Amino acid sequence: MNAASIIERLAAHLGLDEDSFESDAEAKDPWVRIPGDRLLAAAEFLKGDPELDFDTLHCVSGVDWPGDDPPAIEVVYHLTSLGRKHWIVLKTRVGRQGGSLPTVETVWKTANWHERETYDLFGVRFEGHSDHRRILLPADWPGHPLLRDWEWPETWHKIPVKAGRQMTERAEGGQMTGVGPFD
Amino acid sequence: MAEHRSPVDGAPLVTLYDEELPPDNSYAFSPEELEEDEMILNMGPQHPSTHGVLRVELKTDGEIVKDARPHIGYLHRNFEKHAENIDYQGVIPFTDRMDYVGSMGNSLAYALTVEKLLGIGVGERVAGIRVITAELQRIASHLLAMGTYGMDIGAFTPFLLCFQQRERILDLFEWLCGARLLYNYNWVGGVSHDLPEGWTDKCRRFLDEFVPVLDEVDKLLSHNKIFIRRTADIGIITPEMAKDYALSGPNLRGSGIDWDLRRDDPYLGYENYDFDVVVATSPHGPVGSCWDRYFVRVREMYESVKIVRQALDRLPAEGDVHENVPRFVRPLAGEAYCRSEAPRGELAFYIVAENKKPIPYRVKGRSPCFVAMGLFHEITRGEMIADIIAIIGSLDIVLGEIDR
Repeated sequence: MNAASIIERLAAHLGLDEDSFESDAEAKDPWVRIPGDRLLAAAEFLKGDPELDFDTLHCVSGVDWPGDDPPAIEVVYHLTSLGRKHWIVLKTRVGRQGGSLPTVETVWKTANWHERETYDLFGVRFEGHSDHRRILLPADWPGHPLLRDWEWPETWHKIPVKAGRQMTERAEGGQMTGVGPFD
Repeated sequence: MAEHRSPVDGAPLVTLYDEELPPDNSYAFSPEELEEDEMILNMGPQHPSTHGVLRVELKTDGEIVKDARPHIGYLHRNFEKHAENIDYQGVIPFTDRMDYVGSMGNSLAYALTVEKLLGIGVGERVAGIRVITAELQRIASHLLAMGTYGMDIGAFTPFLLCFQQRERILDLFEWLCGARLLYNYNWVGGVSHDLPEGWTDKCRRFLDEFVPVLDEVDKLLSHNKIFIRRTADIGIITPEMAKDYALSGPNLRGSGIDWDLRRDDPYLGYENYDFDVVVATSPHGPVGSCWDRYFVRVREMYESVKIVRQALDRLPAEGDVHENVPRFVRPLAGEAYCRSEAPRGELAFYIVAENKKPIPYRVKGRSPCFVAMGLFHEITRGEMIADIIAIIGSLDIVLGEIDR
């Protein structure tokens, strides 16, 4: 099934009109963006529908957009159908401060760890998640580092946090760390 | 600024946000919930058979594991944050350090993603060289998996034979680009060095001499009665579970699912090579056991040898490997997600670019080992403690990639 018909089928099932969802079937990776409150319904349909049959959730990523109006974190779900060999990207937006989404762990179990990671690094909460803990960072790490306005702490448990902060400062000052082939 | 204390040891902390700290996550099980005769046991992070710094929290009743929770993050350095501050080419050494025993695959996946973002391709010679290095890397990585797996179970000789052969591949890579483990070899649009003179002959010689050794190790280990008894009916991953947990690579094919990106979504011209996708046949027990995953890796090495031979035969004699390397990588606004079949499964990168900026806006690495570790608690429930070692080894994880 091609991307346009996947998107059409999904929108028809969810009953979304033109204004409430965006999509691009011509993009390098065709995507569809739906409102957060329809996420679970969309996920269940994408997996359950025999024509679509998205049996695996390949990846969940967060992208922070503080400059957008309204500022939001985009959570991106890359889906694969092993049976039908097609792909789609499902996107949804959530508020930057204390935003939450329904968990899709009940649809694809692999989402458990991906959502924990998104919570850990972006602070997005997933309602109904069975094990909502940090995963990569220690419990007392300040903030969620992949937010664009996150600042490096001076120290953590008296350990100086230096290298990463210097790198950020250099990049902000227009200097790039030269490790590319022509530097 | 709010005053916070660490939930772990009570030390005062400086936090930048006025939000409550998450609860202590260093233990998943609490002593109050334990039933009689149960205890919580920590395995790792410095356990020799956890293949890195993995800590597994076990709830045990004698030798029986009632439940298990892996704790990861000991090697976390968040290359995704660093990538927000370096140019596109500069991220490659960071990706090398994800799966540090399969670096060629990592930088290849990243380079493919940036090329997809830029809409550029590579020449035939570069594609050929990339296939050769990626498949040699797969052999090296599977040799490591095979050797250490045998050693985890108690067979020492296969380990020595495997490492001898792996060393020869590392020698070839060292000759090629100067590094033995972290190569920085695949660049955006090309590779760093062309093949040196005589390299292909040496590579062919290696393949000729490697296959008999692999046969020997296979005879020594794979069909050994003790080895089969230790591995063939534990850690069962059913095909449904494998899909639900989005396993990939040898772990997925070990559950009997016929899926390989090199055939099903080909890149670098893999569709032109003649090779078989190895799927578990499970002669010794239920499908999806540790033995199945192990044996898929063994047979995949033969297929990789086939691919390298073909790639060497049809490699164009002439061609500049830097021909398509862009002077500046400044993609238009957009995003790309590109997956590739790395030795440990489907490694993918998700890159979001701002318009004509030299620095990526967001880089995300989708790590196959991270995903595989997500199902660890399901397949260890009810097994013996000694079998936990066999299960970890059969998933073939590398903690550098899980923690990133």
